[in-house]
Amino acid sequence: MKESTIRLAHGGGGGLSRQLIETEIIPRFGEGPLRQLPDAAVLPPTDGAMVFTTDSFVVQPLDFPGGNIGDLAVHGTVNDIAACGGVPLWLSMGLILEEGLSLETLRRALDAVKSAAEACGVVVVTGDTKVVGSGQCDGMYINTSGIGRRLNGYELSTDRIGEGDYVLVSGPIGDHGMAVLSVRKGIEIAGGPLSDSAPVHRLVQSAGAWAKAVHFMRDPTRGGLAAVLNEAVEGRALDIELTENDIPVSPGTRAVAEMLGLDPLHSASEGRIVAVCAAHAAVRVLSAWRELPEGRTATGIGLVRSGEGRVIMRTLTGGKRLVDVPRGELLPRIC
Amino acid sequence: MKYIDGFRNPAAAEALRRQIAGLGEALGREAAVMEVCGSHTMAIGRYGIRDLLPANVRLISGPGCPVCVTEAGYIDAAIALARRGVILATFGDMMAVPGSASSLSDCRGDGCRIEICYSPAAALKLALGKPGNEVVFLAIGFETTIAPVVSLVDGALRHKAKNLSLLTAFKRIPPALAALLADPEIRIDAFLCPAHVSAVIGAAAYEPFSGRGGVPCVIAGFEPLDILLGIRGVLDQLLRGAAEVDNQYSRVVRPKGNPKAREQIDRFLEPVDAAWRGIGTIPASGYSLREPYAVYDAAKKFAIPVESGTTNPACICGDVIKGKRSPADCALFAESCTPDHAIGPCMVSAEGTCAAYYKYSRVAS
Repeated sequence: MKESTIRLAHGGGGGLSRQLIETEIIPRFGEGPLRQLPDAAVLPPTDGAMVFTTDSFVVQPLDFPGGNIGDLAVHGTVNDIAACGGVPLWLSMGLILEEGLSLETLRRALDAVKSAAEACGVVVVTGDTKVVGSGQCDGMYINTSGIGRRLNGYELSTDRIGEGDYVLVSGPIGDHGMAVLSVRKGIEIAGGPLSDSAPVHRLVQSAGAWAKAVHFMRDPTRGGLAAVLNEAVEGRALDIELTENDIPVSPGTRAVAEMLGLDPLHSASEGRIVAVCAAHAAVRVLSAWRELPEGRTATGIGLVRSGEGRVIMRTLTGGKRLVDVPRGELLPRIC
Repeated sequence: MKYIDGFRNPAAAEALRRQIAGLGEALGREAAVMEVCGSHTMAIGRYGIRDLLPANVRLISGPGCPVCVTEAGYIDAAIALARRGVILATFGDMMAVPGSASSLSDCRGDGCRIEICYSPAAALKLALGKPGNEVVFLAIGFETTIAPVVSLVDGALRHKAKNLSLLTAFKRIPPALAALLADPEIRIDAFLCPAHVSAVIGAAAYEPFSGRGGVPCVIAGFEPLDILLGIRGVLDQLLRGAAEVDNQYSRVVRPKGNPKAREQIDRFLEPVDAAWRGIGTIPASGYSLREPYAVYDAAKKFAIPVESGTTNPACICGDVIKGKRSPADCALFAESCTPDHAIGPCMVSAEGTCAAYYKYSRVAS
């Protein structure tokens, strides 16, 4: 393509639209069902239950330390499927582009979608591209929907969480939120936070043998660990008791959180999974996770006890405090 | 970060907890210690410090949150400016503070232009980038914030930015401490003095509150071990019957504070009587811009009067700020007044006493 930026005509359905699809979409995604650009993908039947989800990505800036909107759009949807006990199979990709967006930025995002999808073992089977006028969107937005196959054994529900269960996390928390915020606030420090944007479905698969003992799973995105755990016990006669010293937080994320006065427990991860599981299986699940690079630093961080629906933390200094859900417009547009 | 870890060491905290328990027992009576600063209130909540203290050591939260002591009428004045088409630049905490009828957040929802700044320098950048618009910075804060905020005037002078002005509601800590000590309804056995404010005003600023008729004034940092050391220092003085200024935060605080920041404040500002939300007017407890810089005073420039405004009569934030009552004594607390729907200013600010109690302390022991 000769032009270096997106024009309204790229979304008009005419020659430029076709050119955009032929030069940017087909070479990257044209091997599978997308090859002849049908109006919809025809997919083969799968065994057992299916998992279906959708998510929109409006992160700003489009490129951030450790990733960009493209891989985030794949990982976000893959992880929503994984957190429901599913293995992702197919993705759709809807692009909303702003007039004036540089083609270089678009290419970087599409390359990231392609390589993230390949690494996750999912196929982009259908898609759509729209262009809106300058000022009507912030560079680009991506929507992805995903279909997966539910693994046998996973029956996940907050109702299954019980006294004595363990709370596990697959790695350091809060990196994505702090990485995005650090670029937005112009805090560039050596060893600063890198987004943890990555898939978690292999972790879910790896613990498949103990699936029945896993009562609840979530990927702690917006609202962070604090929001996920509060949701887990809300309205139940249970408390989650965390030990601050056991919660893994990377040094860069801690540093930025300290500087901005934010709590890493409120910051989003995009490549972690939190599980609440029966005590007898906790060590097994952790061992399975630790076999994989993405779960190498997985660890137990707390216990479920009888209580009144609160998340309480034993602090570093030995005191106790409540872990509340984040409030206000703390971290807008991080995914 | 390793440097900070030293001030959060669990074994050292346990040793201090034991020493404090011993001193508390030896004292044998209640000790009411006011932590003056909102950052202390937050750190005490965040690290569960109350949980580590003996029952007779009572921490009461003081007036040291600048957002919480800002009058409803100030918010009303800011809203009036925004409705005239001025761009407001403000710290984020101010957005949800209730004015007499609405908040800045409501005002922005109505289409007014309000920009949240993490640093006052962002307001100058905003003004320079929009020479055709008037930009007003909501200049609130204690001594810590005052120096960087008034440097905006310096920046505006240097860049010849005539479209930037400050709506001031600065507050000074020492006159507030004097007013609290003089109030016969409040019992304060000691002050845990602020860390960063003290870094500017210096340890010597607390001398008037020590000695005969005074109370122990212990300056402490914001890390958990700093706070425990500060409380140990307070109990030690109470046991000895002393009332001294004890600088436990000497790694940052000097006797005379930060001379450069103090010079900057003196150059641009002069002390004035100031109204504190819930407390009333305290003599010489605020600052306003000196006459030569009046063109940067938004209240004068736009002839906007700052009045006291009206507040919800059921809200006891005034008593909470004075340490007379605790958030749990308020009928609104955690019922109709929550961080998502704040009625009083102490629930709005991240450093507000009610917000700290709501966020960290709704834990049954």
